[in-house]
Amino acid sequence: MQYYLDVFWQILPGAWLTLQIFLITLVLSIPLGLACALLRLSRWQALAGATSTYIWLMRGTPLILQLLFIYYALPNIPYIGVRLDDYSSAILAFALNYAAYFAEIFRAGIQSIDRGQYEGARVLGMSYPQTMRRIILPQMIKRVLPPVSNETITLVKDTSIVYVLTMTELLRSARIIVQRDSTTSPFIVAAAFYLVMTLLLTWLFRWLEKRYAVYE
Amino acid sequence: MRSMSEQAMHGLPQNIIEASDIQKSFKELQVLKGVSLTVTRGEVVAIIGPSGSGKSTFLRCLNRLETITRGQIVIEGEMLASTDAAGHCHYPSEKTCRQICARMGMVFQQFNLFPHRTVLGNLIEAPLTVSKMPRAAAIERARQLLAKVGLSDKADNYPSQLSGGQKQRVAIARALAMAPDIILFDEPTSALDPELTGEVLLTMRELAAEHLTMLVVTHEMSFAREVASRVIFMDQGEIVEQGPPEALFGAPQQPRTRAFLSNYLKALN
Repeated sequence: MQYYLDVFWQILPGAWLTLQIFLITLVLSIPLGLACALLRLSRWQALAGATSTYIWLMRGTPLILQLLFIYYALPNIPYIGVRLDDYSSAILAFALNYAAYFAEIFRAGIQSIDRGQYEGARVLGMSYPQTMRRIILPQMIKRVLPPVSNETITLVKDTSIVYVLTMTELLRSARIIVQRDSTTSPFIVAAAFYLVMTLLLTWLFRWLEKRYAVYE
Repeated sequence: MRSMSEQAMHGLPQNIIEASDIQKSFKELQVLKGVSLTVTRGEVVAIIGPSGSGKSTFLRCLNRLETITRGQIVIEGEMLASTDAAGHCHYPSEKTCRQICARMGMVFQQFNLFPHRTVLGNLIEAPLTVSKMPRAAAIERARQLLAKVGLSDKADNYPSQLSGGQKQRVAIARALAMAPDIILFDEPTSALDPELTGEVLLTMRELAAEHLTMLVVTHEMSFAREVASRVIFMDQGEIVEQGPPEALFGAPQQPRTRAFLSNYLKALN
């Protein structure tokens, strides 16, 4: 038991890094995803097309590849090339990637709202931005909660791939101890960390769904 | 142009809607073949006709839920749509259209209430966001309107907790909250169970008695007959016949009107 407790304390910094990547990615990718969804539904074909291409690129290539690209290849690109440290690279890759997935969820949610809602708002004199902000998006949120919850839980575990930049997140710190102590027990501690995070998220989304169930 | 001079003479324009030669095509299909209609202040105009006659489309053209292919629409002296000599139809900017159309309320067949807002929330939404009315004033006005349609006790309910008839009365109150000069009704009772149409029609009768200008597309012949000041019969994208209800129902001139009304009149005798 004492061993598990020791491992817990040794893994904690890794878990903290995982949590940071998770939270910052969410905070960045949800608004970015919403913006992409609105752009994809834009009347301007060029904007909608460009956003579609972006989503295709982000969903069509492995996240690990995007991570490696931003860290190793981006600095060598003329004009726009910048050198980012491992932490910034990870955040950027995750935010851009998850924004694409959220964009598709939000787009489907927006399109699932009945046309009558737009017309009802329109005949009351509401503009398109007002209709979106006050009528369409609040109803969209309720409908996308289950897929957003899925995506969020996936993100918790996806964070482990930052190991390719040799960042010592939760899983990597467990593996280091496994190799040092020649026992697989630290993996159990790591699994417990992931499970607790997912459980908290499950509860959060269950509470949100209940809150939004007041109507309908 | 005529309407402009009238406006100058009488202050408020008497003609609320002046639509002339409205044509509307969806791809190849011509739904409206040149419909002209003027609605003056205080009138209750009922549009009847078989399904697919274009009456709902015509109503939706008047407040720009549909854009017309050809023709002219003037709302209270302001040009909403016009057609140039080359036959191209023009609308003013989106914002101007919205301001012009804001004088018209609309009640839909499917209610189109906002499900995520309470009844009161539905009523104050547009006064708050569009008219920038202070919240307290908007709530007070909403409560008066709910009392008027007999739903004061439902203010804090969500639309899903109401019957169809109650939903439609909320929708009417929501339209009234913007103090429109006319309300367009698009088959307001067609989605309701027969036993629920009565309460909605009663509310509409009360509004007519208060001289609210109304343009009503309806299948309720008895409503058209008893409440409307003018009845219009549309078929195949055009106005076939119109007149006061006594004339149209009592002695229809056109064979198509007679054929359409025969079922209804038979049931009555």
